[in-house]
Amino acid sequence: MLSFSNISKSIDSGLRATFDATWTMVIEMVIAGVCVISLFAILGLVLVLMERKVSAWMQIRLGPNRVGPKGMLQSLADTVKLLVKEGMTPDGADKFLFNLAPFIAIIVAMLLMAPIAFAKDFQLWDMNIGVLYVSAVSSLMVISILMAGWASNNKYSLMGAMRSGAQIVSYELSAGLSILSIVVLTGSLNLNDIILSQANGWWIFKGHIPVMIAFIIFIIAVTAETNRAPFDLAEAESELTAGFHTEYSGMKFALFFLAEYVNVFIVCAIGATLFFGGWMPFHIGHWEGFNQVMDFIPSSVWFFGKTFFLIFLIMWFRWTFPRLRIDQLLNLEWKYLLPISMFNLLLVTAMAILGWYF
Amino acid sequence: MFIVKYIKDVFSGLKSLAVGLRRTLYYFTHHKEIITQQYPDNRETLHLPERFKGEVVMLHDENNEHACTGCTACELACPNATIKIITKFDISPEGKKKKAIDKFVYHLELCTMCNLCIVACPTDAIKMAQTFEHSVYNRADLTKVLNKPGSKIREGVE
Repeated sequence: MLSFSNISKSIDSGLRATFDATWTMVIEMVIAGVCVISLFAILGLVLVLMERKVSAWMQIRLGPNRVGPKGMLQSLADTVKLLVKEGMTPDGADKFLFNLAPFIAIIVAMLLMAPIAFAKDFQLWDMNIGVLYVSAVSSLMVISILMAGWASNNKYSLMGAMRSGAQIVSYELSAGLSILSIVVLTGSLNLNDIILSQANGWWIFKGHIPVMIAFIIFIIAVTAETNRAPFDLAEAESELTAGFHTEYSGMKFALFFLAEYVNVFIVCAIGATLFFGGWMPFHIGHWEGFNQVMDFIPSSVWFFGKTFFLIFLIMWFRWTFPRLRIDQLLNLEWKYLLPISMFNLLLVTAMAILGWYF
Repeated sequence: MFIVKYIKDVFSGLKSLAVGLRRTLYYFTHHKEIITQQYPDNRETLHLPERFKGEVVMLHDENNEHACTGCTACELACPNATIKIITKFDISPEGKKKKAIDKFVYHLELCTMCNLCIVACPTDAIKMAQTFEHSVYNRADLTKVLNKPGSKIREGVE
């Protein structure tokens, strides 16, 4: 049967037959790198188009509908435009940091791809501290934003970057605590173990109310972490022109843009893995026939379906809620989300010890 | 109680967010609500809202009569001197002189479609039309005379 894990295994055995171990490793790394980069490109195109269509329909508009059939080539045309534009560096900018910042942003996004299980037995790096790795690396994102804001030599950029710093540092806490509640239930930091623990039901169903609270907090916190509306204070186009990427143009701007969308994909993939069972199909108790039908759907379809559902959820938030002020943002985190998620973690721990989950 | 208020705040906040989410989901799933007009493609079936304001026109009936008395209320009401009324004196059959309009000059290039002249008009002689394709090659073409040639004031309008 054709599946991602079979393809990767056959490529691996084919390479091992022709090359020695070191060269196999090198070639596999190159293949993985190319795959990740092409996934980036596809995600960028698809998510930008999806965002524009979703936003249009939510605002009673039509959205892009001129380039290609039903406007489906619009984001491709935009990419070509960005490719041929000049990447300006302002005179007073710190040239080295200014040019480095977009690459840091994209490298962080790329690193986060490593532990995600895209399908059954299909993962770049099955590490035993996957959850810790994700939460550690994702907070590096703020460095690229601060770097861009500082190096631009523009007060609006710096303001946006500082806001983003305050925001990511504070929301990292409640995101971490809500991820921890799943770790408490599973007893493992390995993303693969977490997925396997959901074979008899996803955590959002098995863990009932406390896990649902954790999920809501998680989705709010990651929306803030990826700097998207209603928490897009770092960009705040009505106040700060474009925040930290005001001075960027051409492909350097496109890298920031791409990194934003890839980050959205990654946090949604993590959310789907933790709360919705990653590539695990949907099973209901002892309905054997139903479960077998669900098993028939490929695991990659399950994974991408869940991830895109969560992405839709985040887009839905973006086009419904107005932007918060910085004081409201920090109020929400420190006075509401953090106490609730701490209490909720306590609840989940008690639940895990007493076995009050299905 | 502090804690009661806190919990109430959380739930009322969530509820108000849910109201907003429901509205946008309704629009997302109901494409018939879309109000975008694909203008050059649907010129024949173009639907403009009732209150759309394109330009000032003077209403004439089938006898080529209008209701403008030349009172210049619209000219006075106009904030940027778009309207200029040139009056003349008609001699009625009884030999009485009566003030009437000679030319109702309307400078479309100066007009901001503020609707103040229509509000000011005591006899409802002018109104806003829904035409909007106003581009011309010569600036002078935008200066229009609104009363049709040979038209006169309707009987009984004072």
